[in-house]
Amino acid sequence: MKFRVLAALALAAPALMGVPLATASAAEINVYSYRQAFLVKPLFDAFTKETGVKVNVVFAKKGLIKRLQAEGRNSPADLVFTVDIGRLSSVVNAGLAQPVKSAALEAAVPANLRDAKGRWYGLTLRARLVYASKDRVKKGEISSYEQLADPKWRGRICTRKGDHAYNIALLAAYIGHYGEAKAEEWLRGVKANLARKPQGNDRAQVKAIMEGACDIAIGNHYYMALMLQNEKQKPWAAAANLVFPTLGGKGTHMNVSGVMMTKHAPNRANAQKLMEFLTGKKAQGIYANANNEYPIDPTVKASPLLESWGGFKRDTMALDVIARNRSTALKIVNKVGYNEGPVTN
Amino acid sequence: MTGPHASTINPDTRMRPRFRFDIWTAGACVIAFIVALPVLTVLALALFPTENIWPHLWETVLPGYVITTLELLAGAAIGTMLIGVSAAWLITMSSFPGRRIFEWALVLPLAMPAYVVAYVYTDILEYAGPVQVLLRDLFGWKTSRDYWFPEIRSLGGAIVVMTMTLYPYVYLLARSAFLEQSSGVAEAARTLGCSPWAAFRRVSLPMARPSIVVGVSLVLMETLNDFGTVDFFAIQTLTTGMFNVWLVMNNTGGGAQIAVVMLVFVVFLLIAERAARRRRGYHDTSTRPGRAIRFQLRGHRKILAVAICTTPILIGFAIPTALLISYAVEFYGVSLNNRFPQAAFNSILLAALAAAAAVVIGLFLAYAVRLRKSATLRNLARFASLGYAVPGAVLAIGILFPFGAFDNAVDSFMRGAFGVSTGLILSGTIVAILFAYVVRFLALSYGTLEAGLGRVTPHMDDAARTLKHGPGQALIKVNLPIIRGSIMTAAILIFVDCMKELPATLLLRPFNFDTLATYVYQFASDELLEECALGAVTIVAAGVIPVILLTRVMGRDRPDQELPIT
Repeated sequence: MKFRVLAALALAAPALMGVPLATASAAEINVYSYRQAFLVKPLFDAFTKETGVKVNVVFAKKGLIKRLQAEGRNSPADLVFTVDIGRLSSVVNAGLAQPVKSAALEAAVPANLRDAKGRWYGLTLRARLVYASKDRVKKGEISSYEQLADPKWRGRICTRKGDHAYNIALLAAYIGHYGEAKAEEWLRGVKANLARKPQGNDRAQVKAIMEGACDIAIGNHYYMALMLQNEKQKPWAAAANLVFPTLGGKGTHMNVSGVMMTKHAPNRANAQKLMEFLTGKKAQGIYANANNEYPIDPTVKASPLLESWGGFKRDTMALDVIARNRSTALKIVNKVGYNEGPVTN
Repeated sequence: MTGPHASTINPDTRMRPRFRFDIWTAGACVIAFIVALPVLTVLALALFPTENIWPHLWETVLPGYVITTLELLAGAAIGTMLIGVSAAWLITMSSFPGRRIFEWALVLPLAMPAYVVAYVYTDILEYAGPVQVLLRDLFGWKTSRDYWFPEIRSLGGAIVVMTMTLYPYVYLLARSAFLEQSSGVAEAARTLGCSPWAAFRRVSLPMARPSIVVGVSLVLMETLNDFGTVDFFAIQTLTTGMFNVWLVMNNTGGGAQIAVVMLVFVVFLLIAERAARRRRGYHDTSTRPGRAIRFQLRGHRKILAVAICTTPILIGFAIPTALLISYAVEFYGVSLNNRFPQAAFNSILLAALAAAAAVVIGLFLAYAVRLRKSATLRNLARFASLGYAVPGAVLAIGILFPFGAFDNAVDSFMRGAFGVSTGLILSGTIVAILFAYVVRFLALSYGTLEAGLGRVTPHMDDAARTLKHGPGQALIKVNLPIIRGSIMTAAILIFVDCMKELPATLLLRPFNFDTLATYVYQFASDELLEECALGAVTIVAAGVIPVILLTRVMGRDRPDQELPIT
């Protein structure tokens, strides 16, 4: 009967295809990545070309840490790539990372952008900036994050949702500088200045500036570069100027994308080679020019476009502090009801 | 000569707690337990939160989350019922121009991933989108204060998108029920003086109730487990809260607790509904389906019928697909890439295998419940179906832990006994994904088949037994052919849903493994959907073909006889 055949197939096929792959073969590394495959693949391909070692990738936006935990000592993963400091710290705190001591890594990555014990290393930097309308905001009118709560901006600010990882990191940095109470006060001020309910992603906020819905938006720096490269989105980018605001008088808030080696990595030597490759001059150049990110190595130049925006001071707050404050930041976002948008009455 | 009659109290539908250990009961128990493992794991995780999140949530966002979630569920339930039932009835009971095309076209929105539809509509209807830009150009409005336009990124927008993509569940199941009803029932109602509308309202509709309820419960569960769409629309639901607690506060137990709350709510709804119809039987006992009498609609009724059928297809399928195709054409060069065919192959293979497995398991469970009439077994089976209401990422976690534990236990044993390491056996393989699909979509097969089997009068089983057929043979030779339509419905619903499944696949897959959905997602999640529109179109196409197949195969159409409405 058809069903018997189907049932037999259904049971047999997975058994055939589920044959475990040899994970510790000499020329392979296994990577769990929170960064999209199309962003990291060019770098892995460059590595494979140079060393002949193949890189296998699984990309997911949620839950890779849980997968590591569940797999335990038999996990095939060697490295985990993340998009921001939050995940890096979660993996380390869950005891799933192993320290890596390497002179090359320590030379390339500044001390405040890597774990003191070598459990995680930053690979690139991204700045969270203010996009200001060319027509409606004068140069120098806004120069710090604190000013976002100023009543003069009432009804003129657009952001994405307050509980998104990038905004949480910014708020966590604010807590690190000023403490919980002042951070809550600041967020209430920003919320009162919103032009509309937080919606869409960073680019959508710049789109809103172009359409005149608001004058100021918060977004990561590389979106400006990406929009300029996209025919449809060029007009959005053309409508806004970039402002590098300061936090606590120190500098612009930076977040980091990074890498760590897992506790039970089966291919330790090759994995370390990959980490060193990614912090080396060649890979940092690819990050800079292909993805428009700021290289972690201060001696490597950013892309010409980014250089044209000028230099700026970076906030040097320890990333560990930012990571620790994330939970509190979310509670403040909830308490203030940020995602409800401006109160209309 | 047995006339048609619908029994209202039938002793055979009472569940007597009999628990014999035979292949059916034991098999059903084991299978249900295995399938329920992920949900049980989530329950277990909920017992160990890293901190108690409830006081904070209660004071801040929880009331808002709960109200929004309830509103979204209510809106989706009402919308899909209205559209699904009225379309199903029009299609099965009446005749109007284009009916044959609408019959299968109404199922097409099922092939669209909801987050793609959400993206497309926000793209065109938002303030800076082409529709509003055109309106502003036409009428000379300058800012948003000059005119009113419905806000697409709102609860209303989310309800509309949910309704338009999910109504096919209700439509399909209601249509099955109406088709499999013998026309004799409606005829009997007419001879007793009912108008066609009254016959529908008082006889056909109540008899179709179990199927409609299954359809609506599927809609509710799909709405609950959806995250992508509500995220797009900037709506704050319980699912939002769950992910925030899990990912930002690093409190997996807390997130699991919220998931459990949602599950409890679904269970409560389903129990309440079943309690409301506890004593009724829904099968009619005529031995032959009568000839169908189709009411031919005229005049304004005809136009109304066409409008009712066209609108959902337009909004749920035609417009999004047209836009996707236009993106695909525009960005063709960027989209096409050598990973694409492999992803397509993976998608189709996994979906087909999962559909087959889920149907077989669902059939086994539904029949075992029917056979042994054990309430325990039935509740066990229903519990096993709850995977559908759990968001995919959470369900995946519920699978990671049991699989990991199993693999590590086997590995430890082998190391200890033989000094050999077997490594991971099931985790990170295709088996994990298939298991996820089966757990996730068992509700589809079990629900559809339970409703389908429920429509087969127990006299059939009894008759088979008097002819010396064992239960297994009775299933294969007697029940299977009768519920063939339901089986195909279940298989194809699951196939289409597997093609679209995203969060569990993302997390559980092996290295270098993409399905169409995961391939599309890496671009869509950055709102670069245009760049992968070709992939999205392929997902839709791969769903459309089975969908059309479905209505061809299951359309056990009744011989037609057209009569004008009297």
